[in-house]
Amino acid sequence: MPNLEAPLRAVLSVATLLLAMPASAQKAAAPAELLRTDHEAGRPGGRLVSAVRSEPKTLNPVTAVDVVSREVVGRLQADLIHIDRQTQRAGPALAKSWTVSPDGLHYTLLLRRGLRFSDGHPFDADDVVFTFRCYLDERNASPQRDLLVIGGQPIGVRKLDAFRVAFDLAQPYAAAERLFDSLAILPRHLLEKAQDEGRLGGAWGLSTAPSEIAGLGAFRLKSYVPGERIVLERNPYYWKVDSAGRPLPYLDELVFLLVPSDDAQVVRFKAGETDVISRLSAPNFDILSAETSGGRRLEDLGAGLDYTFLFFNLNDLDAAKLPAVARKQAWFKQTAFRQAVSAAIDRAGMVKLVYQGRATPLAAHVTPGNRLWLNTALPRPQRSLARARELLGRAGFALENGQLRDATGAPVTFTIVTNAANAARVQMATIIQDDLREVGIQAQVVPLENRALLDRVLKSHDYDAAVMAVAGGDADPNGEMNVWVSSGPTHLWRIGAAAPMGPWEKEIDDLMQRQLVTLDGAARKRLYDRVQQLVAENLPMIPLVSPNVLVGAKAGLGNYRPAILDPQVLWNVDELFWRPGATPRP
Amino acid sequence: MRAPGKLALAASVLASVHAVALGAAFLAPYGPAEQARALPYAPPTRVHFVDDAGRLHLRPFVHALVDDESAAGRYREDRSQAFPIHFFVRSPAVLGAGEGWRLFGVDEPARVFLLGTDGFGRDQLSRLLHGARISLFAGLLATVISLGLGWVLGTVAGFYGRGTDTVVMRAADVFLALPWLYLLFAVRAALPLHLPANQAFLMLVLVIGLVDWARPARLVRGLVLSARERNYVRAARGFGAGDLYLVRRHIAPQTFGLLLTQGALLVPQYILAEVTLSFLGLGVGEPVPSWGNMLAALQRYHVLSSYWWMWAPGLALIPVFLAYSALSEALQSRVGPASP
Repeated sequence: MPNLEAPLRAVLSVATLLLAMPASAQKAAAPAELLRTDHEAGRPGGRLVSAVRSEPKTLNPVTAVDVVSREVVGRLQADLIHIDRQTQRAGPALAKSWTVSPDGLHYTLLLRRGLRFSDGHPFDADDVVFTFRCYLDERNASPQRDLLVIGGQPIGVRKLDAFRVAFDLAQPYAAAERLFDSLAILPRHLLEKAQDEGRLGGAWGLSTAPSEIAGLGAFRLKSYVPGERIVLERNPYYWKVDSAGRPLPYLDELVFLLVPSDDAQVVRFKAGETDVISRLSAPNFDILSAETSGGRRLEDLGAGLDYTFLFFNLNDLDAAKLPAVARKQAWFKQTAFRQAVSAAIDRAGMVKLVYQGRATPLAAHVTPGNRLWLNTALPRPQRSLARARELLGRAGFALENGQLRDATGAPVTFTIVTNAANAARVQMATIIQDDLREVGIQAQVVPLENRALLDRVLKSHDYDAAVMAVAGGDADPNGEMNVWVSSGPTHLWRIGAAAPMGPWEKEIDDLMQRQLVTLDGAARKRLYDRVQQLVAENLPMIPLVSPNVLVGAKAGLGNYRPAILDPQVLWNVDELFWRPGATPRP
Repeated sequence: MRAPGKLALAASVLASVHAVALGAAFLAPYGPAEQARALPYAPPTRVHFVDDAGRLHLRPFVHALVDDESAAGRYREDRSQAFPIHFFVRSPAVLGAGEGWRLFGVDEPARVFLLGTDGFGRDQLSRLLHGARISLFAGLLATVISLGLGWVLGTVAGFYGRGTDTVVMRAADVFLALPWLYLLFAVRAALPLHLPANQAFLMLVLVIGLVDWARPARLVRGLVLSARERNYVRAARGFGAGDLYLVRRHIAPQTFGLLLTQGALLVPQYILAEVTLSFLGLGVGEPVPSWGNMLAALQRYHVLSSYWWMWAPGLALIPVFLAYSALSEALQSRVGPASP
């Protein structure tokens, strides 16, 4: 594309000028307290192109909720304390350090001095206090607000001086420093007016001029072409330097191309139009790996945090409204029945057929990707038809001419609903169907459009069983509270229940609440280990497999260290650089 | 080609295709839902006549497939042992096919997949044959329904004319204007989740047939309209012939040629309709095969690009369509114009 070359070169020279100026400006003023990274020192320059599946809905960190918006916003903004996506541990970011009071109720964060937003405006404690005012303001309907309300009380935020901020919690909260991750610090000078007028939620849409958006992230907005691309440019005021003391980020530009389907993303990556790819499906990963000539590095990072599971409808149903489902719940609510189904399922077969070996069978909901919290004492799930038959026999089921019947003589049949658009889940449901046939259970797979599926599972409760997945956002168990506490909104198999299903579920509730307020890490681990054991034994849902995280990048991308936490490839985009000889973009 | 020869050729090709579909249980080496989980996406099995030593065998043989360690998802032949193909084997009952005789088979652990396997290690050839039953007969049955209904309504409209004609033909307009694909989505959504394969098949056939009666009805009506004004019909009426007698004796015979040619045109259309609907997940569900739900696997890029044998149902459609199109042409030249 020769006609594109001239304008891009012009842009590059402007960027180089900008690069030289602020570093010297900062040195002349007070010594800015920059963060020095200890990874390989790279070369500045170049452009990185990544694909996104849909357009971001907004660039507003307070209201961003979808994956794509958060991925883009995360590159434009920075947080006080950041979870290293590779080590899964919290570390300093805009906060240089922090202290916790012995009772765990008071956090004091020390901010870096001499930092500037991407428009050059200085940053201090007022911005932090303002930021938390925005997140906690109910008018803004921020999805993060729930996290910041602990023990029914919003977190208290006090400015101690220009670079010290105190946070007060109503009750102890384990690993509270992790709450600060991904809470973008907002520029008060740009947003205070909107916040005071109560229209912050609508601020910073995609049509906002780039000059009105600023942040502390590695990049700043350059341009947006609707339906096509978002271009970010290097933030000259960024607060990190590499091991050689050179300012980060290295890349001049970061481009997000809109490529709606997975298969199309693979084709674009194959054609060299994008430089990195994440969330690859196993078959596509194998296709790309088979063509090694293209100068690409594909990596299988092993088990991620997502877990796929089969669950039965355990809701307390009105038998008059849904008589057919209510009748089948007599089976579903028996632990032995669920254990038998679990024993009959060929998880190894799923790993091979659906994921070409790139997945791990699960005994409970915590995946091997979650190194810090996995209960390694749990036995690996083994398929055993003999055990399944024995469990069913003891629970009063009998096999007649290949058809399983319950104590009343009714044949055991049910439907498994799943998301039609997710080929892997439909395949897993089909494997379960075939597995259960061997113990005499007739299961029917019904792929549904996603909205219809969620409607049945979350609202009407008109389904027998479903195959779904939960995407683990953070490794910490606090992120799983909404799934595992019996009153939680994502307790998919039994939503809005008045009381736990049995003593074991009551114990899970207690354990989850206790780990939330236990400050000692080892004690928390013991509590969560017990939760996993109870899940594996009682199977409120039947864990199936955890797919591996599969990513790829062009060869020559330095500091490329993909991680299983989101965003898998771009989490350290501030350190990524093109090696000499790699084909950097103009 | 001479029309009678063409007719005979097309008819015999179609007859044998349908006979093969009917004989699926005997011709298919495996059950259509039988999974060989160790062998997903296995390529078509090579049938050997000459062994590694160069000796010629009269009885063909195959080798067992094993995972090729050098590349994920690839297979190689384990040449240490040959498994001869047996003919007329007795097989036990498996899912989707009862106990009975099979045309050919091999001893385990070897397997004979002449058209490879799908993502679950199911034999594509067996699924193709069993799927043909559903796809081909869905086309035939839907044609019978749509022509039957169209003939009755078209004859009534044409024969009685006036008010009756207006009502029937306006109804036909409405049916022609229906967005039938969306209608079908709506019908499927209203039905219970659990729909056994045979009911799903019937639903499919009924919907295709019932929605599409309007076109044959229009054609039949035109013929009947002109027929009832012929002098010999008027004469018969003058002699006191009743409506039923007139239709049976004078009018209906004139429409049969049209029905035959229309039928030959509609069957492939309806086969395609079944394939389309199953492709979109509205047809018979897993694990029962139909050509449409087999082709649905091709929606995925890696299947489309890596496993050519998954195209088999699509390729099988071509000769069937060609034969039907030749049949309708031959019929047309034989019995007169298909449409007035």
